[in-house]
Amino acid sequence: MRACPAPVLASLGFLIISMCVAGQDKARSCRYHWDAQVYAELTKAPAKARAKRNPLEHDPDAIAAGRNLFEQHCTECHGDFAEGGRKGPSLLVPEIHDAQPGTIFWILTNGVVWRGMPVWSKLPEPQRWQLVTYIKSLGVVEPAPALAAPPGGRSNSATALPSPLR
Amino acid sequence: MTLSSVRLSFLFLVLLWSLAVLSRTIQAQENPYIVAYDHYLEEPGNLEVEYFSAFGTQRGGNDFHAFWAEFEYGATAWWTTEFYVDAQSTFGDSTLFTGIRWENRFRVLKREHFINPVLYIEYENTNGADKILKEVEGHDVEADYAPRNAVLRQEHDHELEFKLLLSGTHKGWNFVENSIATKNLSNQPWEFGYALGTSRPLALKASAKRCSFCRQNFIAGAELYGGLGDRYRFGLHDTSHYLAPVVAWNLPADWTLRFSAGFGLNDNSHRFLLRWGISREIPGFGSMVGRLFGGHR
Repeated sequence: MRACPAPVLASLGFLIISMCVAGQDKARSCRYHWDAQVYAELTKAPAKARAKRNPLEHDPDAIAAGRNLFEQHCTECHGDFAEGGRKGPSLLVPEIHDAQPGTIFWILTNGVVWRGMPVWSKLPEPQRWQLVTYIKSLGVVEPAPALAAPPGGRSNSATALPSPLR
Repeated sequence: MTLSSVRLSFLFLVLLWSLAVLSRTIQAQENPYIVAYDHYLEEPGNLEVEYFSAFGTQRGGNDFHAFWAEFEYGATAWWTTEFYVDAQSTFGDSTLFTGIRWENRFRVLKREHFINPVLYIEYENTNGADKILKEVEGHDVEADYAPRNAVLRQEHDHELEFKLLLSGTHKGWNFVENSIATKNLSNQPWEFGYALGTSRPLALKASAKRCSFCRQNFIAGAELYGGLGDRYRFGLHDTSHYLAPVVAWNLPADWTLRFSAGFGLNDNSHRFLLRWGISREIPGFGSMVGRLFGGHR
């Protein structure tokens, strides 16, 4: 096999770097288009999973650790403040706030693979519970009126961010 | 290590470094396996760029340093596609490009189970001098790698490789079993192999502070892999097998370092295979590409 990999690799490197540069200056303006079905996944959690109690609910470090984990693994899709991003819905909604910890743990463990959320069972159980603790500690932010969902239609997610969430 | 080998390795590392500087930072949670696969796919839209080196001892020939780059992209949450570029340098001989591979992994089940199957299909276009030993199959033995590169490169391998990846995680322990079936498209018989692995983070709870040296950033384990003969001579006769302790260090800013020290388990195996790899995950790569072409993914 006769081939010179250097020019090929250099070209590929240039292309990838160009793509990265192109992505840097773009504001994360395009939000995830959501509808009620996104949160309907929460209702699919089995009763046994919903009934699970969060063993780290009263752990004083759980929220801080959960926030670190969230920043490392979740902000890419759900946004820096969990307000929703290009790929993931807002977590600052009543559906999440009112969900049982076991339900959120179940979603983290199983993902919503066909809708783009990967399984997170690669994080050990205690880390998933730390994430649950952090997510449950977040409040609810109503969507900005101009962006609220029109009747029967899709809309952009909330953009009115709570400043002290971090 | 020859000058060409150094130059190629340096090129790969410069590429990785460039990507690191230009990309947004998150932290990966990668298992330490180098040969075995678990069922976790790349996050959708993310690109992982990896560089690996394998140093191998060789009886009846010169030791070698094989190296490869991987570009792993999460097409969807259930499909990961990966492109490899392989090369090697044999001491006292030469350095050469040895081929390309294109692999795809498909998650079969929607939910997480005790055992999770993933289907794997790979096309390889390599030559006989390929020594990355990313998988061991059929009657692959140490003596196959002993001839000089000029001789080995005459052999062209166009192969389709199929794997059934079974993996599960329980109480922090990950267990994997990979069954391998390979068909050389040049009318060669089916060849078989296996890889087993287990790993666990050194700590299960995350620290409240960000840190590089926290125990939860280290994942240690072991992998066992080898050939199982071919369609006509299935079994352990004339096959090679390796046992390798492995460790991964998931650094902040999404770098992952992996080390593996493999020991040959029989006389057909290389005595020692030392591998290490560095990888960097680039989140949102798909969106960047989409925007580059005017889309808003």
